[in-house]
Amino acid sequence: MEVEAAKAIGAGLATLGMIGAGIGVGNIFGNFLAGALRNPSAAGSQIGNLFVGAALAEALGILAFVLGALIYFA
Amino acid sequence: MADPLHQFQVTPIEGLDFGQVTLPLVGTVHLAFTNSHLAMTIAFIVVVGFLTLVTSNAKVVPGRLQAAGETLFGMIDNLTESIIGHDGKKYFPFVFAVFTFILGMNLLGMFLSFTATSQLAVTATFAFITFGLVLIIGFAKNGLGFFKLFWPMGAPIVLRPVVGFIEFISFMLRPFTLMLRLFGNMLGGHVALKVFAGFVATAVIGVAGWLGVLIAPLSMGMTVALTALEFLVAFLQAFVFAVLTCIYLNDVVNLDHAH
Repeated sequence: MEVEAAKAIGAGLATLGMIGAGIGVGNIFGNFLAGALRNPSAAGSQIGNLFVGAALAEALGILAFVLGALIYFA
Repeated sequence: MADPLHQFQVTPIEGLDFGQVTLPLVGTVHLAFTNSHLAMTIAFIVVVGFLTLVTSNAKVVPGRLQAAGETLFGMIDNLTESIIGHDGKKYFPFVFAVFTFILGMNLLGMFLSFTATSQLAVTATFAFITFGLVLIIGFAKNGLGFFKLFWPMGAPIVLRPVVGFIEFISFMLRPFTLMLRLFGNMLGGHVALKVFAGFVATAVIGVAGWLGVLIAPLSMGMTVALTALEFLVAFLQAFVFAVLTCIYLNDVVNLDHAH
């Protein structure tokens, strides 16, 4: 296989890590919504935690994206 | 057609390129005032100008402008107070400066053609300043007791070295996740925006044939929606950076009574 083709395939495979980030972020927001509907009065104070959790999960997806970009361009 | 990554190129501004310059201690460098400098300078001027504007002519009952400034101020003040606690006031200036500067650069990236925070060098600088500050405060406040951070009292004694090692690795990874999160979000968002904008252009010039009638309005709608999302992300990432800075500072400031 040519190196260029292998690079493109590798970069594509590396971005599959984003699946996990998608599941994680979905989980966080889904559970937040479930909790917020049960106890709406407590929901407002947890918005900060919600976004921090989402950001932490999202960072791992971004790592996969950066890895893909590194493989492809470097 | 320009590729979607073209917008991230750092180029010298016409007339402000000084070429190869030999500096003392540093050596020969390519010195130029680039579009990255320009974006950061504008962000700095906007942030300082805005905060000067809202605090000049301050009244006990705030007007509209002053209320906007106070909301921004109060949000970060609340954040440091609720996360770091009693000592939070001391670290408020740093967190506020970082937050407003990143927010300024993120938001200006939506209006200008260049986003300073989509450069890894810029976000890396922010991340390592934060990390360095956490280290300095940690050692200054706790001395060698700083290493208690990697000796979790809650874990069983047999597991402590293992958990401590994992804690250490995750501690050392903090600056990298901090810089990659901001960089990746801004880069990814702007690339997606330009890709969809590119679809509109491709469909309009007729490359896609009659399908362009469908593709152009759909892509245009997507571009508008993504622009709205990007404004949210621009604010959110600045906020997340501030929150994480507070959390990392809290780790070392309240080391004694946290575990």
